[in-house]
Amino acid sequence: MTELSKLKIAEARDKLRAKEITSAELTEACLAEVEGSATLNAFVHNTPEIAREQAKFADERIAMGMSPDLCGIPLGIKDLFCTKGVASQAASGILEGFKPEYESTVTTQLFRDGAVMLGKLNMDEFAMGSSNETSVYGDAVNPWQDGGRKLTPGGSSGGSAAAVAADLCLGATGTDTGGSIRQPAAFTGITGIKPTYGRVSRWGVVAFASSLDQAGPMTKDVRDAAIMLTSMSGHDPKDSTSADIPVPNFEAALTGDIKGKKIGIPREYRMDGMPDEIEKLWSQGQEMMRDAGAEIVDISLPHTKYALPAYYVIAPAEASSNLARYDGVRFGHRASLAEGDGITEMYEKTRAEGFGPEVQRRVMVGTYVLSAGFYDAYYNRARRVRALIKRDFDEVFATGVDAILTPATPSAAFGLGEMKDADPIQMYLNDVFTVTVNLAGLPGISIPTGFDSKGLPLGLQLIGRPWEEGDLLNCAYSLERAAQFVGKPEKWW
Amino acid sequence: MSIDTETARKVAKLARIRVEDDALPVLANEFNAILGFIEQLNEVDVDGVEPMTSVTPMRLKRREDVVTDGDQQGAVLTNAPDAREGFFAVPKVVE
Repeated sequence: MTELSKLKIAEARDKLRAKEITSAELTEACLAEVEGSATLNAFVHNTPEIAREQAKFADERIAMGMSPDLCGIPLGIKDLFCTKGVASQAASGILEGFKPEYESTVTTQLFRDGAVMLGKLNMDEFAMGSSNETSVYGDAVNPWQDGGRKLTPGGSSGGSAAAVAADLCLGATGTDTGGSIRQPAAFTGITGIKPTYGRVSRWGVVAFASSLDQAGPMTKDVRDAAIMLTSMSGHDPKDSTSADIPVPNFEAALTGDIKGKKIGIPREYRMDGMPDEIEKLWSQGQEMMRDAGAEIVDISLPHTKYALPAYYVIAPAEASSNLARYDGVRFGHRASLAEGDGITEMYEKTRAEGFGPEVQRRVMVGTYVLSAGFYDAYYNRARRVRALIKRDFDEVFATGVDAILTPATPSAAFGLGEMKDADPIQMYLNDVFTVTVNLAGLPGISIPTGFDSKGLPLGLQLIGRPWEEGDLLNCAYSLERAAQFVGKPEKWW
Repeated sequence: MSIDTETARKVAKLARIRVEDDALPVLANEFNAILGFIEQLNEVDVDGVEPMTSVTPMRLKRREDVVTDGDQQGAVLTNAPDAREGFFAVPKVVE
């Protein structure tokens, strides 16, 4: 019954409620897929005992007729989420052996709604990367291949993307600081939404850049994203930045009717040297939405060009502060010390051993831009530019635009190792279309709508108004129905 | 703005990350590439623009200033690399 793992969340929910299948069967099917997927390196800590226990409990709830939407649904959890008693390392050597004594709010809510955890998923170290190549666990591999060429699933939520695309699980959690849900979703032909900043609690999620980080679902389609997001969202007293506003049932917003919606096309996203196939994908998306009755309007977001440089001040600055806690005292790795080493040597050796090169680089860049004499020139200037980037969006939405359509990524998935010798900025450019959304705190969704000339998936991004995830998901749903993306990677792993 | 080896050493020290001497020139080069990219921000006219402090125009929630948790010494120390007699243990810090 390995076919069961191919089900979407909504399909499985309906079959579970109709007693056509049990969560135990569904969970066993997924566990078998996870077991057989070692070459993808998507799952890095498997939790079959927990999964079987949760499935058993879910089946009891279903038998009693008390089944929330996620009851009995097997999911993968990104390694960035703290899960009680289960390794939660943020794919870093510095958290080697760390098993939290507490459960993140997001996983608590998913479990409240009956979800089953199959294990923890690979990612870039501390979510810093766009290719899942900075992970202490090694690269996650995209189930889509270009001939025999092994491709990145994107990053940082690369393990989540690979696992969902390969049907190892029905859905997964991701987190997105500059594009880490949307870029890997686009690279693997799945759907991923980053909600409005404050929609989902960050409590128990290992912090990278606190003013940008948001968790969200990565799923096989828009309906599943709506179902998972409803469960993950909501105010949490333990995260003062989480919004105390009602969470609608996002699935109920999916009517597919977008007649009269105003969809903005930002001229600044038409980058020099943009590949023709991305340009074509984008125009096709516009046509599909126009055919569905939406009004397509040209808009301008003049500060777009400055989003990446602003991000590469703000995110490292916040990271240097957040990652100060990894000092070898309270949790994780501590370096072995030489005779006469004091506490400073302990900090320095521990952090040199525990952090990988990209994390070290970003922590040090962050330290520099926050240091005396440079704080105003770099950090404060970046925060001013960020205010202008947000103002661009505010002004566009004030003219009645409902959502903004852009490409999700500048290319399809690239080969693992191909960016090894490139300068770090080349890798950062992957997030050129997604990072503005984090800086402005907006919801953004990536959905697969086509293929490149090699048959690799490509995605488009829709950006919505703050707190209007329902409307955004509905626009995405309409586009999904028009695009009819049905491809699946050929199983080779 | 160009970062030399000495500045790279100082930044590594501030960040409490040990970087060997022979790795400093490469690190300084990487910093310069990233800072060169960031320099673009100088083109933007930011006169009269306040630095953003909160991306959503929401006042942070306040809670009652009361104890909500406690008596967790065991749990707090569980993951410590070195815990003794109910404390985190570190190399000697006071002479």
